[in-house]
Amino acid sequence: MRIRTAGVVAVLGLALAASGCGSSDSDKPAAQESAKPAGATGKLVIWADDKRTAALKPFAEQFGKDNGVTVEVQAVSKDLQTNFVTASQQGSGPDVVVGAHDWIGNLVQNGAIDPVQLAAEQKSGFNETAIKAVTFNGQVYGVPYATENVALIRNTALAPEAPKTIEDLVAAGKKLKADKKASEILCLQSGQNGDAYHVYPLYTSGGGYLFGTTANGDYDPKDLGVGKPESIAAFQKIAKLGEKGEGALKRSITGENSIATFTSKKCAFLVSGPWAIADAKKANISYDISPVPGFAGGKEAQPFVGVQAFYVAAKGKNKALAQEFVTNYVTKPELAVALYQAEPRPPALTAAFDQVKGTDPDLAKFSEAGKNGQVLPAIPAMAAIWDPFGKAEAAIIGGADPAKTITAAGKTIAGQIK
Amino acid sequence: MSTSLSGPEPATQAPGREPVRSGLPRTSRDARNHAPITATGLIVKVVLLGLVAGIAIWAAFPLVEAGMWIGLAILAVTTAGLFYLYLTRRHIPAKYLVPGTLFLIAFQVFPVLYTASTAFTNFGDGHRGSKDDAIVAIQTSSVKQVPGSTEYALSIATKGDPTTGPLVFLVTDPKTGEVSAGDAGGLRKLDAAEVTVSPTGKVTAANGYTILNFGQASGRSPEITNLVVPTPGGALRSNGLSRAYEGKAVRAYDAGCDCVKDSETGKTWTADEATGSFVAADGERLAQGWKVNVGVQNFSRVLTDPDISGPFFGTLVWNFAFAIGSTGLTFLLGMAIALALHSPRMKGTNLYRVLLILPYAMPSFAMLLVWRDMFNSDFGLVNSLFGLHVDWFGEAWSARSAVLLVQLWLGYPYMFLVATGALQAIPRELTEATSVDGASPWQSFKSVTLPLLLVALSPLLIASFAYNFNNINAIWLTTEGGPFAPDNPTNGATDLLITYTYRLAFGAQGAEFGMAATVSIFIFAIVATVSAISFSRTRRQEDVYS
Repeated sequence: MRIRTAGVVAVLGLALAASGCGSSDSDKPAAQESAKPAGATGKLVIWADDKRTAALKPFAEQFGKDNGVTVEVQAVSKDLQTNFVTASQQGSGPDVVVGAHDWIGNLVQNGAIDPVQLAAEQKSGFNETAIKAVTFNGQVYGVPYATENVALIRNTALAPEAPKTIEDLVAAGKKLKADKKASEILCLQSGQNGDAYHVYPLYTSGGGYLFGTTANGDYDPKDLGVGKPESIAAFQKIAKLGEKGEGALKRSITGENSIATFTSKKCAFLVSGPWAIADAKKANISYDISPVPGFAGGKEAQPFVGVQAFYVAAKGKNKALAQEFVTNYVTKPELAVALYQAEPRPPALTAAFDQVKGTDPDLAKFSEAGKNGQVLPAIPAMAAIWDPFGKAEAAIIGGADPAKTITAAGKTIAGQIK
Repeated sequence: MSTSLSGPEPATQAPGREPVRSGLPRTSRDARNHAPITATGLIVKVVLLGLVAGIAIWAAFPLVEAGMWIGLAILAVTTAGLFYLYLTRRHIPAKYLVPGTLFLIAFQVFPVLYTASTAFTNFGDGHRGSKDDAIVAIQTSSVKQVPGSTEYALSIATKGDPTTGPLVFLVTDPKTGEVSAGDAGGLRKLDAAEVTVSPTGKVTAANGYTILNFGQASGRSPEITNLVVPTPGGALRSNGLSRAYEGKAVRAYDAGCDCVKDSETGKTWTADEATGSFVAADGERLAQGWKVNVGVQNFSRVLTDPDISGPFFGTLVWNFAFAIGSTGLTFLLGMAIALALHSPRMKGTNLYRVLLILPYAMPSFAMLLVWRDMFNSDFGLVNSLFGLHVDWFGEAWSARSAVLLVQLWLGYPYMFLVATGALQAIPRELTEATSVDGASPWQSFKSVTLPLLLVALSPLLIASFAYNFNNINAIWLTTEGGPFAPDNPTNGATDLLITYTYRLAFGAQGAEFGMAATVSIFIFAIVATVSAISFSRTRRQEDVYS
């Protein structure tokens, strides 16, 4: 009897706890942190992913100490962009957020970030592509700190020569396969649902494009290149490399196994970015980096260039301090070098890049591979591309008719662009 | 009979059926009011009610801060009501019902109502906030530096107290070294003798002004951001705490025409309340929109848009097949193993049971990813182990069998567990009696054990069906709905309604929560109908066997 009462009361307690949480609207962990007013001392809250949080912490603390403010770097390990948009809508977001430049379109349409005003001499300190990437509708929305793009990484023990064309690569890969030195020709991740990012250099080399550009150089969502004759021609070339053709592109090579297959020496060529280098080094592979080759007689293979940047939250509690941090502190090479050491992506700041390129020859090679790359479109319409484009790629690699497949994909994408 | 157990009740009652709550409403009102107050009971009550009060106070502060008075009133009334309820000796039934009801409201009723209300809006990316939010966002994002204007070094100062005094911008022209003080009234030059300027150009001291350090200034951040010093070319704004620039908002909202005007190009975008966005005459929309009520537009889109309703039926059929298959197969396998281990001739049952529970003990999230890799056609364990060359996730039927196999592996331990429990509750006399009557083991199972098992397990099977009907993880983490027909990237062979709508609502240009809410209402209707029919059938079955 007594135990029963206690049980009921315990359940009641839980119920109350739950209803208490529900009615206070503060079930987000971040809500409590920033619900406190910025107060007299001033507090800066930064959201970043796990790796960058670790690299940022010492610098953020130094900034705090130098200026008599509290700086908190909070790691958001999953869905940083979505969490940031939701939190900033509720007024519980951070002051500064760190993320990829292709978020800009979505963050701007949700009113989540403000433009940053960089002085002309600050702008000139950056890699030109990086500034172009963070410019949206004529405004600079973020301060870039690193660029990234894919390149062809090859195992020099298996393939000493960098292939000039995809055809050379396939021939070299086939020979290795025939000699039983490798089991795959090329590790270019696709998976059952495709991977638009990694196949993009081949797509451009075949003559395809995603969006045309307007007069001022911005991507134009009204001029969609998917489904156009150029894109069909490009995918007809890609189909020849697919499972029913040369067998160089396969759906069984996924984002999870492509780097591992390369490091276990089952394929001599890997299309990947700077993030694959750590694994290659760990596996003691002797490698070299060169641009992704294009089709013989085709256009140049252009990878996507992505940029990581710092943004000032539009609804932050401490915007003045956030602007100070982003425009005057992030633009210093020291921070860029520290972030490079946390994860080796080429710094966007020319001074920082020059500082680290002496110790890391890979950086210059990646940079070279991305020199002619295309800035990953940041317009919101890009979100509609990924899924249908990837699936069309996978279907074509699996042997589907390129013209029919890519026309259908173009129709789907056009239907989703508002 | 065991009279010692029956307390004040008549000794004629069968043991085990006496009322346990002898101090509760069964007895007279008097007896209830004089039920003994135990020390433990009192302490528990005090602690828990204290906890309630603590939580209420903790929840009250953010509500007060946000000015949500209705929420605060609900909180106060709920807390007061709870205190009254558990301090009085009356309202015994309510004491049992209220906690569950609160749970129901907080976790069922509120989310359902919220989802339903969202379904009638265009809530989603680009339409999250109010119109005012959108206007602010449009104006702020159009602030541009006036071409050729000066970048000033900035110090934040005040004439009064550092925390409350009116703010003044002390700006230094980098070319001339001239210092000016600016506030909402405009800029005026300061005498060079009255200020001290550091080599970087920042003013470090000025007569009659207190210079704020970063800490002090950042405490007044919103005021600094909002302070705009009018200048002939535009306005002087702060950029951080150490620089100021001459900027101009190119786009401004005009309440008169309810439109946004661009002062550089002269273009106007008029507010369209039906779609929640500013639209220009040529059809161009500004990216920043706001949330509006769109009525039944989402519902009619689901029913009439051929892209959505076209593959709906096929997906629905597979969705039923998946849910029934997952539930049925796991039940059959789980029950078969439970029966085998229930046999008295079986040795080492405990060891088997532990081993069989293992899949259940592993996190299904991780296991689904492992299974996905095991089905890889070139590198997967399944193909290499059996020497197969099946493109598991590449063909419709192999992908469907693969996800059902994964579901079977993940789900059978649960069915095994509940079937074991239910079997142990079936008296052995019943099956013994059938064997005495000459029934074969199969007949005895079919006519006695299985019906009794089903009486106990039907509700669980229905729950399992409803869960699997919406089992987004099982599909999203393995096939992602694929394989897809080459000419239709929106609907795959293993798509459930939930994965299909997830792609519809979040795959396109940003998330469309309104659309997602609408489809989830449709799914809710389907699952609720199926469950209601099954439950009413179960009840009839129970009537037969009880």
